[in-house]
Amino acid sequence: MLGDGILKGLAETARNFFGSYVSRDRLTTIQYPEQRDPQIEAARSFPFLVFDGADWQQGLRCVSCQICEKECPPKCIFIEKSKDKKPDAVGKPQFYPVRFDIDISVCMSCQICVEVCPFDAIKMDVDYDLSTDDRFGGLLLDRQRLAKSNEHYNKIHPTEAAAVDAALAEERAKAKAAAEAKASAAAKAATEAKAAAVANPAPAPQPAAGESQ
Amino acid sequence: MDLEKIKSEVEANVPGCRLETVANPSPSVQHSLRLDPEHAVAVATFLRDAVGLRFDFCSNVTGIDWPPTEVSQKVKVRRLVEGVEQEVDEVQKTTTPGSIEVVYHLFSIELKHGPLVLRMSTQDRDAGVHLPSLTHVWRSAEFQEREIFDLFGVVFDGHPDLRRLLMWDEFVDHPMRRDYIEPDDFEYEPTAHDEVLRRAQQHQSETRPADEGGIR
Amino acid sequence: MSTAAFPAAVLPTQQIGSEPTSGPSTEQLLELSMGPQHPSTHGVFRMNVVLDGERVVRLKPVFGYLHRNHEKIAESETYLGSMPYTDRLDYICPLTNNWAYALAVEKLAGIQVPERAEYLRVIVGELTRLQNHACLVGFLMQDMGCSGTPLMYAFRQREMVLDLFEALTGARMMCNYMRFGGCRVDLPAGWLDQTKKVLQQFPRFLDEFERLLIGNEILMGRTQGIGVLSKELAVSAGISGPMARASGVDYDIRKVDRYGIYDRFAFRVPLGSHGDVYDRLMIRVLEMRESLGILDQAMRDLPAGPIVDPKTKIRGFRPKPGEAYGRIEAPKGELGFYLISDGSPNPYRYRVRPPSLINLTVLEDLCLGHNVADIVIILGSVDIVLGEVDR
Repeated sequence: MLGDGILKGLAETARNFFGSYVSRDRLTTIQYPEQRDPQIEAARSFPFLVFDGADWQQGLRCVSCQICEKECPPKCIFIEKSKDKKPDAVGKPQFYPVRFDIDISVCMSCQICVEVCPFDAIKMDVDYDLSTDDRFGGLLLDRQRLAKSNEHYNKIHPTEAAAVDAALAEERAKAKAAAEAKASAAAKAATEAKAAAVANPAPAPQPAAGESQ
Repeated sequence: MDLEKIKSEVEANVPGCRLETVANPSPSVQHSLRLDPEHAVAVATFLRDAVGLRFDFCSNVTGIDWPPTEVSQKVKVRRLVEGVEQEVDEVQKTTTPGSIEVVYHLFSIELKHGPLVLRMSTQDRDAGVHLPSLTHVWRSAEFQEREIFDLFGVVFDGHPDLRRLLMWDEFVDHPMRRDYIEPDDFEYEPTAHDEVLRRAQQHQSETRPADEGGIR
Repeated sequence: MSTAAFPAAVLPTQQIGSEPTSGPSTEQLLELSMGPQHPSTHGVFRMNVVLDGERVVRLKPVFGYLHRNHEKIAESETYLGSMPYTDRLDYICPLTNNWAYALAVEKLAGIQVPERAEYLRVIVGELTRLQNHACLVGFLMQDMGCSGTPLMYAFRQREMVLDLFEALTGARMMCNYMRFGGCRVDLPAGWLDQTKKVLQQFPRFLDEFERLLIGNEILMGRTQGIGVLSKELAVSAGISGPMARASGVDYDIRKVDRYGIYDRFAFRVPLGSHGDVYDRLMIRVLEMRESLGILDQAMRDLPAGPIVDPKTKIRGFRPKPGEAYGRIEAPKGELGFYLISDGSPNPYRYRVRPPSLINLTVLEDLCLGHNVADIVIILGSVDIVLGEVDR
């Protein structure tokens, strides 16, 4: 019958028009800034730098190895290495970035910096409602604006952060054990040296080798 | 399909053609066949039509730029040194002219085999960038040869409609050549590095006052 | 088949600069520039059309509005660094682009992919095909003037698939999911159940779609006999994918190359017989049904195990000198990557074989003699994405 298709189409329209008032899975509107969809764990927007503890300057995990700077496909990361060293997340003295800039107008959220980082120092944030009226300064994030706490990381990517924390805790324990072993060895060497000094007072006592390291 | 077998079959059927197999050391073992430009159309037509070969589907056509390379060679020369003729080592530098290579990847839809890789090289990168067009053999080469003409500057003789494909007509250089120099009027980038940073700072000092943020 | 069955390549009927030979005197011809901002071109693409009344007598596509020289950028990137750029080629189906590039690099460097990763690739690849084809049929209806509703129906389905992509890869469109020798992350908890739920709704969408539109006389009147592509021209012009199969070319790289693990799945390759717009539309609908079958089998057989080859380094990846051409059956056609390595961390030459661009080779031949309104649906049925055409 001619016009059959038009009638069919109109029937479909009518069905959907009334359905949109009653069908529960079609009432999907949420009141956006007040209400939000639950965040997906794998989501990513722009990178941030993780720090441990309360002070972001002391706790930054980044050791300024500049691998992410080299691997970043659009080259949006700029790092300046420090001259001196400070203890890193495991307690080993390392360099730190005196300048760490990410230009998020160039960044394409590809996550390659996160994948290549050997220190779990850079991770992806999940903020999506970002805006600024400053074309240059507002889109160039420096290390203070990039630094976010480990708690924040745990909140946005719980599974991934738990694994990272476990690995770091293991490394810290290993480092601590190594330090303790070293200290006890040093103490032992010191007592031996003392004993040697008592037994044979004439030559100068051997400095405890472990202490100077 | 065995490349040597194809080669001997083509040589038997296209008189005068010079073919050469090019080995590919990678694990993909896609070896290729180098054609001489004079007989390329005849060889291509034979490859397309011959029973048992039937490479009727030209999938991919692309160019590769090989810029001139300087090869240093140590040679022994006889020369008068302090009045005595002696054999001395001398470094001779020879420059190969470079070329642009065009690669065709062929498949057979009828017999479902492939790929067969064909290569052709231009004589040099300036005046001798002429190669015969294979568009009359495989229509799929039409846009791809135009793209190579556009980006590499190879002139395909016999192409029905050889114009730039991606760049605009007034553009002068060929961007995919390895010695292509990028224009200077790039967009301002706050995280520029090294050379770009230097040029950006220069650019910025000329165009923008310093207190607007950006590069410090 | 004899040699005569494949004639010499058919060349464009009109050359640039030559005057159209048929029709009335040239004074009555109208030159029309369709695009680059025309809504029917699905992006920034221009067609210089010469019209005799409503009839097309010449059509020259103009490319390059979205050209960013992807291939040149890749020459200065590491191999891994090009992976996020491949997402931006055909931005409707990023995962198949990732797959084609990963496949080419794996051929170049001789990397083995673990079994679970192969299954994951098939699952995300077929989901990509589903959403691409759903998108296409919606857009094609929109191009035909069936404003809004079918496109929204198609996008509703696509949205569900994009939600799956986001849960797995973290992004809806710029997935950056595959790695050389496997995939980046494993499935999150509950992902397979969610996928099954989405896929259960898909046949209902297809049935509804067919009931509503495929038998519709207006649609048949608009599409049947329009833009006919012959089998011979399709083969000669390098047409691939659903467009070639609509013309009856029995060539599906999933069946021919059997890349990955496609030899383990039972599926059929739908073929058209007329090669017109209607066939190209129907091929997509039928392919969606086959993809659903592949997805069912892949999710049933998904094994446990590692998802990435542990021997492949993520930093400092340098394949040995050589070259490789890897190709897959992307939703738009044969997507190939041709790579040359000189042993350094960056590829010496990186070439994308873009199916969208090469499928446009025959655009003029398809449009000649048809009306202006038919150009829009012929272009729509080719299925192009300008990110891939211009690269």
